[in-house]
Amino acid sequence: MSANNGYAIEAEGLSKSFGEVRALDGLDLQVASGTVLGLLGPNGAGKTTAVRILTTLLEPDAGTARVAGHDVVREARSLRASIGLAGQHAAIDESLTGFENLEMVGRLYHLGRDRARDRAHQLLDQFALTDSGNRVAKEYSGGMARRLDLAAALVAAPPVIFLDEPTTGLDPRSRQQLWEAIREQVADGTTVLLTTQYLDEADHLADSIAVIDHGKLIAEGTSDELKRRVGGDRIEIALSDPADAARAGEALEALASEPARHDGAILIVPIRQRREAIARAIRALDAIGVGVEDIAVRRPTLDDVFIALTGRLAAEKSRQSEVLR
Amino acid sequence: MNPTERAIPTVIADSMILARRNLLRFRRAPELVIGFLIQPIMFILLFVYVLGGAIQTPGFDDYVDFLIPGIIVQTISFGGFLTAIGLAEDMQKGLIDRFRSLPIARSAVLSGRTLADIVTNVVTIAVMVTVGLIIGFSFRTGPLEVVGGIGLLLLFGYAFSWVFALMGLSASSAEAAQQIGFIAIFPLTFASSAFVPPDSMPAILETFAADINPFTTVVDALRALWLGTPAGNDIWAAIVWSLGLIAVFAPLATRSYRRAVTG
Repeated sequence: MSANNGYAIEAEGLSKSFGEVRALDGLDLQVASGTVLGLLGPNGAGKTTAVRILTTLLEPDAGTARVAGHDVVREARSLRASIGLAGQHAAIDESLTGFENLEMVGRLYHLGRDRARDRAHQLLDQFALTDSGNRVAKEYSGGMARRLDLAAALVAAPPVIFLDEPTTGLDPRSRQQLWEAIREQVADGTTVLLTTQYLDEADHLADSIAVIDHGKLIAEGTSDELKRRVGGDRIEIALSDPADAARAGEALEALASEPARHDGAILIVPIRQRREAIARAIRALDAIGVGVEDIAVRRPTLDDVFIALTGRLAAEKSRQSEVLR
Repeated sequence: MNPTERAIPTVIADSMILARRNLLRFRRAPELVIGFLIQPIMFILLFVYVLGGAIQTPGFDDYVDFLIPGIIVQTISFGGFLTAIGLAEDMQKGLIDRFRSLPIARSAVLSGRTLADIVTNVVTIAVMVTVGLIIGFSFRTGPLEVVGGIGLLLLFGYAFSWVFALMGLSASSAEAAQQIGFIAIFPLTFASSAFVPPDSMPAILETFAADINPFTTVVDALRALWLGTPAGNDIWAAIVWSLGLIAVFAPLATRSYRRAVTG
């Protein structure tokens, strides 16, 4: 399927209200063919509504969108032949086996019986489910069910796939496995739109990131571009005595690009360059007799970007998951 | 390929694939089949042997003759329960979203469900008739009428599958769908000629049971086809009722499916 101007997904001014709630408020989005876009936003930002419109599950109130060259409203049927969707639930039939699930989806994509079966075997193999392919999906673990769900989205090898929070609720190991599966798939030129609340997930998988809030695009770029926006590297120093913070900040002025700030016993100093920063900082602090428990140079994370852009954390969950990792 | 050219064969093929999916679950859950069939058998036995002796059915040799057509109509009207529960489950689990994102006709998921109900209804009719024959029921008409009666049952059951499809899509859970279906339809089947002659009921109820309730029409039509009782307009009226239910509920259910939002 050819896409217009090299974009597999293009949306312009998408709006959708549910009663009083404006879920999408003029969303513009472009995803180049063969790339992965991470759609990032807090809960209720409109991520799922955007995915539902782009996959024809919902019609927009205003605006237009094309996916794989098909209009989401006027060419919904042909559009659906070009996409795969894995949503927030593992949308699989628990009373069928893994194989039967994939075979059914393949036949509903009109691959024909033989191709649907071949493809089912191939995907079970690719997602490390071969041994469980003849077991009823009810017996699958959460991670296995999500892998089967992702496999179902890929049955027709569609040019565009939508993954709506594909790893929500998974344990860290299953998340890693699913990430690997997604990365492998993307290697063959599939375009992916991935929504997530996990910033590290977007960081790992996405070529570019679009941040949305209140149904609007508020920033877009690569992960590095976005991080650069909120500032460069910083040194984080755990002081032995929090009372030393002001004195320590003054001593490090020569290194700093901006005034230092502190959060309890942690002193944060934005710096001009990474080279020798730690050594110089330790020498400076040693000279005035400030004790240091721990010291590190840190890059801004997407968390910092997110806070800077939206004024809040992406999700409590994403914090927890980072701790777990 | 031109989508309109292939539209009709594709809808049928897609519906069959989905009907197969709905039937496959019985292979894995024999207890479901047993539960599904034991309940009607239990009711036949309870009615015939516990209540039958106390119920007067003038014009019928035996209560079992009166009962069998009535209780089969009641059971078949609930055959669509599987559709309601199945659709409510699919909504809850997000499967409806997956189906709606596939390049299939939006009616295929619902026709897959209702087609599967026809298969389970055939099994139900076979089992109930067999039990009836064992305990003394007998057909008093020719094979053509008997088969015609089975056809009428399947048509009426199919119509109710669409009623249940709408319930399944509107209910918040499979359990809720089951409750709504039970409360809405169970009393209707009793306030009919299915179990007792309506003239034994209080006047208002008798009027409803004898002249208004479509269950009475269908039960009386089936008695005419299987026992040779006077048919009047019942057979045609039963067919019209069934087609009317389909004409109303199939579009409503399809519209509801189109707009379905997974909870």
